[in-house]
Amino acid sequence: MKKIALILIIAISAFSCKDDDESVPTPVSVNFNFTQNWDGSDIQNSDFENTQYVNAFGTQQSISKLVYLISDITFTDAGGTMYDAGDFNLINAREGTNLSFTPNVQVPPGDYLLSFTFGFDDEDNIDGAYPELNQTAEGPWGVPAPLGGGYHYMRLEGKYKDTAGTDVGYAYHAIRANDMTMNPLLLEDTSFIVNLGQVAVSNTTNIEVKMNVAEWFKNPSTWDLNTLFASLMPNFEAQKMISANGAQGTFTLGAVTQ
Amino acid sequence: MMRRFVFGLFLSLILFSCKDDEGEQYSATPAPLDTPDLFQSLLSSPLIPETNPQTVEGIALGRKLFYDPILSGDGTQACANCHGSQNTFTDPLRFSIGIDGIAGNRNSMPLFNMAWNFNEKFFWDGRASTLEEQVFDPIENPIEMHNTSENAVASLQATIEYPEMFASAFGTPTINRTLVSKAIAQFERTLISANSKFDQHLLGTATLTVSEANGLAIFMDETKGDCFHCHGNPNSPLWTDNAFHNNGLDDVFTDRGLGEFTGDPRDFGLFKSPSIRNLAYSAPYMHDGRFNTLDEVINHYSDGLIFSPTIDPLMKTIAQGGVQLTQTDKDDLKAFLLSLSDPSFLNNPDFQNPN
Repeated sequence: MKKIALILIIAISAFSCKDDDESVPTPVSVNFNFTQNWDGSDIQNSDFENTQYVNAFGTQQSISKLVYLISDITFTDAGGTMYDAGDFNLINAREGTNLSFTPNVQVPPGDYLLSFTFGFDDEDNIDGAYPELNQTAEGPWGVPAPLGGGYHYMRLEGKYKDTAGTDVGYAYHAIRANDMTMNPLLLEDTSFIVNLGQVAVSNTTNIEVKMNVAEWFKNPSTWDLNTLFASLMPNFEAQKMISANGAQGTFTLGAVTQ
Repeated sequence: MMRRFVFGLFLSLILFSCKDDEGEQYSATPAPLDTPDLFQSLLSSPLIPETNPQTVEGIALGRKLFYDPILSGDGTQACANCHGSQNTFTDPLRFSIGIDGIAGNRNSMPLFNMAWNFNEKFFWDGRASTLEEQVFDPIENPIEMHNTSENAVASLQATIEYPEMFASAFGTPTINRTLVSKAIAQFERTLISANSKFDQHLLGTATLTVSEANGLAIFMDETKGDCFHCHGNPNSPLWTDNAFHNNGLDDVFTDRGLGEFTGDPRDFGLFKSPSIRNLAYSAPYMHDGRFNTLDEVINHYSDGLIFSPTIDPLMKTIAQGGVQLTQTDKDDLKAFLLSLSDPSFLNNPDFQNPN
C-alpha cells in the first residue's frame, strides 16, 4: 500500500512538473530609459542654455527646453503577436522627469521587434482627452483648436546665432501638420513610428532609447534656423519636414541590460 | 504570578496604545473640494496632501486665521490685508506695505485655483514647494507681517477661541506652526474661480462677442499673440503654466526672480506666469506691478520687449519690440482677456471675512 502511495505521489509530481514545463513563461514588465545627445555627446541639465552646438547648416544654437511625447510602445514577437499598453510618456529632458518609463503591459520573456510612436497618431491625438496633458507640471501641452487641436509632439526651444551673430529665440515645435489655407482645415498625421530593432526581453530588461537632437536639423532637410525659427506650428510644410527629419535616425536603440 | 504580571503589563500597554491612537486619530468632517465641471473634465485631480485633508473645521479655522491680524508682529495686519477678496486676493497697491511701513519690491500674487498647481512652486520666484510651506513666509518676513512663528503661535494659544477651533480641526488644542499652516492652506485650496463669461461660453451658457472671439483667435495664433504656450487654452482652464519665464521686461535685473532663489544664472529674471483669470480685478500687473492697465501689458508684448540673455525663446521679433499687433488686435485681445474674469469669485460668501 505504501509503495502504491509512493508511486502515486511520484507520478503526480512528475505530471505536475511536466505541466509546469509546458506553461507559458510568466510575463514581465520592461523598463525604458530615454537619453538625449548631440551627435554622441550626452546632453545634461548643465548643457541647457550653456552649451553651443553647431547644427548641420552650420548655425550655432543652444537648447533651453526639450520636452517630447512618445506613445504606443509595442513589442512584436516572431509570430506577429503584438503587445502594446497603448499608454504614453511625456519626457522633460532638462528637468529629468519621466526619463524612466515602464509601459503598462507585460510580455512573456523572448525576442521582440520593438517600436513606438513619436507623438500621438491620429487615433490617439484626441483634443482635450488627456487631463494629465491638458495641464502638465510644466503647463499646457495642447494644440489650439484653430491648428487642429490635439497635442504637441515636441517642444524644442533655445536660441541660435543669426547671420549678424545676434541671439534669436527659436521654437521648434512638432505637432500634427495643418494647412490653414484650406477650408475645412487640412490635417496630416505627422507622428511617426520608430522601429528600434530586435531586443531580447528577460525578467529584468532595461532598454535605452537615444535621441540625437542634432538629427532634427540634419536629414533629409538641412534645417536653416534663420528662416525656420518660429511660428512653425501653423506651417504645414515645416511640420512635414520636422516629421521627416525625426523619422530619419533621430531615435536609436541604446544599451539593453538584463 | 510572573505570568499574570506579564499579562497585565501587556494588557495595559494595549489599552494605553489604543487610547493614544484614538486621541491622535481624531477626524474632522471631510470637505472635498467643490471641483468645477470644467476642471473635473479637463484637469487631473487637485493636489491635496495626504497629511492635510480638507475638512469643514480646518477650512473654517484657516479662513478665520487668514483674516485675523493676530498673526502679525503687532496685531495690525492679516493675510487678507494684501490679499483682498475684492481684488481677487491680491493688492491694488503696486507694493504692499508691511506693519513697519516698509514697502516690498513685488506685487502680491492673486490667490485662486492653487490646488491645481501641478508644478508645486509658489510665489513669483517659486521658493515654496507647497501651500503649507508658503504660509509662514509672509508672517515671518521682516518687511511684511514681521512676526515669529513662536510669537504667532503663542498669541493664538492665549486666546479662548483658537484652542477650541484647533481641537475641532485637528484633535488637539495645542497649537503649533504646522497646524496653523495646514489650516490656512486648506482655506486657500477652497479659493476656486471657474465661473467667468468664458467658462460659461465653454459650458454653452454664454456667447462671446465678435471682439472677444477675435481676441481668442489672436491669443491662440502663434504668429500673433502666441499667448497659449504660457497661459493655456480652453482645454487647460487654469490659464497659466505655473512655470517661470523672462518675458522681456528689462535688460538689467534689479530682481533676479527665480534666480534669486536657485542661484542659477539661467534663472535670472524669470518669474512665474500668473493666471490671466480675473485680470479685471488684479491690477497692477507683472511681478513688480509696473503696468497699471491691461493696455500697457498688451503693448509690452506687442511693441516693448527688451532683450536679455535669459529672455524666453517664445518672445518673438525682439529687435522690433514684439509682434506689432494692430490696434484692433489689441482691443480684441483685451476683450477676450476680460472675458476670463469671474465676478462671482469676488463675492463668494465662503471667502469673506468671518471675524
